[in-house]
Amino acid sequence: MLAKRIIPCLDVRDGRVVKGTNFQGLRDMADPVEMARFYNDSGADELVFYDITASAEGRALFTDILRAVAREVFIPLTVGGGIRTTADFDRVLKCGADKVSVNSGAIADPSLIGAAAKKYGDQCVVLSMDVKRVDGQFRVFAKGGREDTGIDALEWAVRGVGEGAGEIVLNSIDTDGVKNGFDLEMLDALAARVSVPIVASGGAGNMEHFAQLFTHPGIDAGLAASIFHTRQVDIRGLKRFLRTQGVEVRV
Amino acid sequence: MIAIVDYGVGNLFSLRSSLEALGFAAEVTGEADRLRSADRIILPGVGAFADAKAKLDATGLVPVLREEAARKPLLGICLGMQLLFDRSFEYGEHPGLGLVGGEVAALREDLDDPTLKVPHMGWNRLEILRDDPLFRYFQSGEHVYYVHSFYARHCAEDTLAVSHYGNVAVTGVVRRGKVYGAQFHPEKSGDAGLRLLKAFGEL
Repeated sequence: MLAKRIIPCLDVRDGRVVKGTNFQGLRDMADPVEMARFYNDSGADELVFYDITASAEGRALFTDILRAVAREVFIPLTVGGGIRTTADFDRVLKCGADKVSVNSGAIADPSLIGAAAKKYGDQCVVLSMDVKRVDGQFRVFAKGGREDTGIDALEWAVRGVGEGAGEIVLNSIDTDGVKNGFDLEMLDALAARVSVPIVASGGAGNMEHFAQLFTHPGIDAGLAASIFHTRQVDIRGLKRFLRTQGVEVRV
Repeated sequence: MIAIVDYGVGNLFSLRSSLEALGFAAEVTGEADRLRSADRIILPGVGAFADAKAKLDATGLVPVLREEAARKPLLGICLGMQLLFDRSFEYGEHPGLGLVGGEVAALREDLDDPTLKVPHMGWNRLEILRDDPLFRYFQSGEHVYYVHSFYARHCAEDTLAVSHYGNVAVTGVVRRGKVYGAQFHPEKSGDAGLRLLKAFGEL
């Protein structure tokens, strides 16, 4: 049986982790390498790095960081942010990434999914979606959740999987930051439509939210940023708790 | 020195880094002489079987690998493990290296439960069936990281460890003589994976 995965997400801008970091006992609280090491030691099953830099310098710095992380952290690494071409896939895979997540780049050019899947394999291509309810429909948003694309999220997911996406990260804009639990209704709707692994994102506020999430079939992983960064939830403690709830996790 | 066979398949950055982090000298190489002078050899691999086998054949290293596999520990990882078998049924039928008896077939074919996802991707427990020096630092039941859609079967004699996925006992680790194979990625399996690589480096 596969273990349910717990995935911390690190947003990196100009070489630093941004978004509510409040670590204690770490030399540098926003150093991505230090944080990656910390999460690896606390039992994270995978790490996601989003490059939210706009500049070319920032981008080069990001790949340097990625290489430094991959040199000492030996769990799967997923990289996203600014992925628009297969050359971008190449750039991050060579630095130690195992999976690459596409979002706005795939919306702008859906053939990117297929081209990358053909070259690197389905398992390497993650379709990341920012989704919000609009007029009773699940709608895909682009540009970091700022722009309504008018695209139906479930149809987009089905199409993405058809093109070769091997995993989907569903980030609910409606529950993101609210810390009131994952968007189970949206996740269930997605799980009913696709058969690839689904990573839930947006809304985790406490350990019970993860336990609740994993009672829903078809959900393989829970992703969060601030609750882990602020140490409101400790991953090792979370896994111990999930185990008492009968959830198979790696400890 | 541990030689990592470079035949143009896959990304070897993490594998080399993991060996170096353990203090082993590791070299990514496609040269026969380097394979001959290495203490141990790792055969990596990702992608499709036929494509990888063609690329390996094109290097001319196969006879060298056969000779060296009789003399020193060799570890095939993921597709590199599948290449060790007699044949694979991944999109047709293709001959493998025949260093381990058995065949590689689609996991989906043997899974009873259609809701189980393929690729078998993620962390699964590795259950040791036969003890081996490779498991010196590893406890049966620890999780390792898999990413694959095909798996080795009809190889019970050489199987050291398995992971359960639905009704299928996925072949996790095989050994015949000095030849080892791991279906999962030890270089992506956290501390448990590093301990397996450490034991391999000390065989």
